[in-house]
Amino acid sequence: MNSLQDTWVYLSATPLFHLTMTLVAFQVANFAFEKAGRNPLLNPVLGAVLLLVAMLLLTDTDYGTYFEGAQFVHFLLGPATVALAVPLYRQWHTVRRSAVAILASLIAGSFTAIVTAVATAWFFGGSLPILASLAPKSVTAPVAMAIAEELGGLPSLTAVLVITTGIIGAMFGPGILNLIGVKDWRARGLAMGTASHGIGTARALQVNETAGAFSGLAMGLNALATALLLPVIWGILIGLLGI
Amino acid sequence: MLAYLTLILVCQLAGELAVGALSIPVPGPVVGMLLLFIILMLIGKVPKGLDQTANGLLNSMSLLFVPAGTGVMLHFKLLGEALIPLSLALIFSTLATIVVTARLMQWLGKEGTGE
Repeated sequence: MNSLQDTWVYLSATPLFHLTMTLVAFQVANFAFEKAGRNPLLNPVLGAVLLLVAMLLLTDTDYGTYFEGAQFVHFLLGPATVALAVPLYRQWHTVRRSAVAILASLIAGSFTAIVTAVATAWFFGGSLPILASLAPKSVTAPVAMAIAEELGGLPSLTAVLVITTGIIGAMFGPGILNLIGVKDWRARGLAMGTASHGIGTARALQVNETAGAFSGLAMGLNALATALLLPVIWGILIGLLGI
Repeated sequence: MLAYLTLILVCQLAGELAVGALSIPVPGPVVGMLLLFIILMLIGKVPKGLDQTANGLLNSMSLLFVPAGTGVMLHFKLLGEALIPLSLALIFSTLATIVVTARLMQWLGKEGTGE
């Protein structure tokens, strides 16, 4: 029994353990997702996060210790973002033909994301740091965190809200798009990427290459649009809502 | 494969450096994506190895968000206190954004679909 305990103490202190657990949790969640015919409601990111949080709480492990192992997975987000250039290049002829439509839709979407989030949370009594952490939630995590900090929010809370936004978009986005009758893959991809950044893009890539390319493009453009628009909109919102 | 992974990392690094040097309000990897895109435009095709490497990364993209998502455990208290405003705002805003963007894109992008 003692040697098992020793092994556990040793293993839980190496990055290998939490790295492996991250992959295992994702495999389990993804297996359920595939078994259910890729039902968006069984989002594998959500499933894996729930499994991992339960495991960390049960083993009384703090997030810092977990992240020492998980950082190797987290790191790959950067290279994966760069790799989005490949589907974008493949779809470039389609993108170029609808450049004006893309830019107009993207700016409208970016504006909607910011204003509806802040106004809804304000209406239901969210405090100023909560509103500031929430405002950039549709943008990819590193940009969102930097913007939130500038507005007086909590960057680490923003990271969680960004991921949650991505999961909500991936879970309910396809259903809503069917409901409103949008069949155009370009519009579907652009909407997923604008509203729910990389997680929406990951979901779009699984379904259709055009949607994936438009989603990746929207994610990149929305990062830029929000970084430029949000400080201005924030000033106006603060004035209008009297915060 | 390794050569193309190197290319991807070089693009990311160059992106990070550009962002730092020019203080552009965009993350390094997004600038890296732009750089790789420019390289592809110059080559005029996607090399097979790059295609494989990029697909490998993109196929497992969902997994890559799991570590950051697990960070939810750092904020249980704050999330509990602001559960109603946060959850309503996230759900409403995300769905509204999807509807507005998709509808507008479908409407504006009608010509030139080639369908």
